[in-house]
Amino acid sequence: MQTNAKTPLMRVHGISKSLGGREILKSISLNLYEGEMKVLIGPSGGGKSTLLQCMNYLIAPDRGHIELLGQHIDPGNHRELCLFRQQVGMIFQDFNLFDHLCALDNVSIALRKVRGMSKKQARERALSELDRVGLADKGHLYPAELSGGQKQRVSIARALAMDPKVMLLDEPTSALDPELVSEVLAVIRGLAQNGMTMIMATHQMGFTRSLADEVLFMQEGRIIEQGSPRVLLAEGSKTRTLDFCSQILDVEGGV
Amino acid sequence: MNEELVFLLHRLIPALNEGLIMSVKLIVPSAVLGLFFGVVVGTCRAFGRGIIKPLANGYAALFRGTPLVIQLFILYFGLPGIGIYLEPYTAAVLGFTFCSAAYHSEYIRGGLLSIKQGQLLAAQALGFSTLKTLTTIIIPQAFRRALPGCGNEIVYLIKYSSLAYVITCFELTGKAKVVASESFRFSEVFLVVGLYYLVLVSVASWGLSRLENKLKIPGFGH
Repeated sequence: MQTNAKTPLMRVHGISKSLGGREILKSISLNLYEGEMKVLIGPSGGGKSTLLQCMNYLIAPDRGHIELLGQHIDPGNHRELCLFRQQVGMIFQDFNLFDHLCALDNVSIALRKVRGMSKKQARERALSELDRVGLADKGHLYPAELSGGQKQRVSIARALAMDPKVMLLDEPTSALDPELVSEVLAVIRGLAQNGMTMIMATHQMGFTRSLADEVLFMQEGRIIEQGSPRVLLAEGSKTRTLDFCSQILDVEGGV
Repeated sequence: MNEELVFLLHRLIPALNEGLIMSVKLIVPSAVLGLFFGVVVGTCRAFGRGIIKPLANGYAALFRGTPLVIQLFILYFGLPGIGIYLEPYTAAVLGFTFCSAAYHSEYIRGGLLSIKQGQLLAAQALGFSTLKTLTTIIIPQAFRRALPGCGNEIVYLIKYSSLAYVITCFELTGKAKVVASESFRFSEVFLVVGLYYLVLVSVASWGLSRLENKLKIPGFGH
């Protein structure tokens, strides 16, 4: 377990954001330590997705800032911002694969165009990442030819290929058919066990119980509860988190 | 030899072949420049900021909203009024380019707007710069989506290149008209010249459909 004396890998400092006159995030702060897995839970519209997108400046926060390894990120500096984003992997609910590229090229394109790798190097790296998510034989297929679970695994491979220091996962299994959820969770579980630092919005409660180091319960733009899942989700605890979780149907099955 | 055949082989075909060369010289640069400016104007219309977007929209409205003949007349007969003298050939290529770009811009704009927003977020999240996102993610997809429309515009261009003769640039139609009025064989001449255009358009369509097939990707239109 981490101690607070350690410098956090990523630091979120008083992030606020209003969209369309509504305050979505109200001065959110949190620290992500190396190797830690945090899970964001809460009702939809609570700001989970906005928070994750603010963490790599896909949405510019109105106030507050982000630090990576103690370094303050200036989103006004386009070069610095691009370098920062390379170190922060992001997984989206609806995959967002590049439709005109096969799985292999989806993984290798950023290696070539952003990291400047040679075609051959990028290809080799992409193949090994596809292998890591169990899709080594699917590299030639286009997004339209892949199942939802396969698409999400390609998008994870694409993010991993950039050697991110931290991964932001925005409900990675919410758009999947129930029978495809487990293959994606298995990949994420493997990452967690290998020490990847992650923050993930999810409704997968069994997964959260077994893997999260900390649960953050978000509602109306605030983190209203946080703590280890053993405490927040203990039988009989009077937490808002447990109350919410008992209301949502757990569809994970054996995972 | 039969008189008809002599006319065809020694009078009409040589004249039309000369005209054909001029037509190709008009069509190819107009198609290339028109497509290029069409991409620029279409991009400005889709993503332009500030004054750029209304300017690009205004350009498209003006050139799509007025007859090409009028545009050619203004370029060739009107501009000398303000001291700009263009050769017939230059005026024709400019006119075709401006007109073609306006139509292309509409197809390109549609192609650009059809790209799912999520892919832009994904590219940004991977650290792509704005320019790299545009060139490696957006344009390759938008181009595929716009290709059938742009191909259609090139087919139109081949046919409206026949208007060059109204500003004394003698291409296929111009040459045909000269031969026809000298020989009074209107139907023969214009049937043959129609055939020339049909061949030109068929060659272009064949090339375009080969290009479409080459760029075909599963899940990208049918």
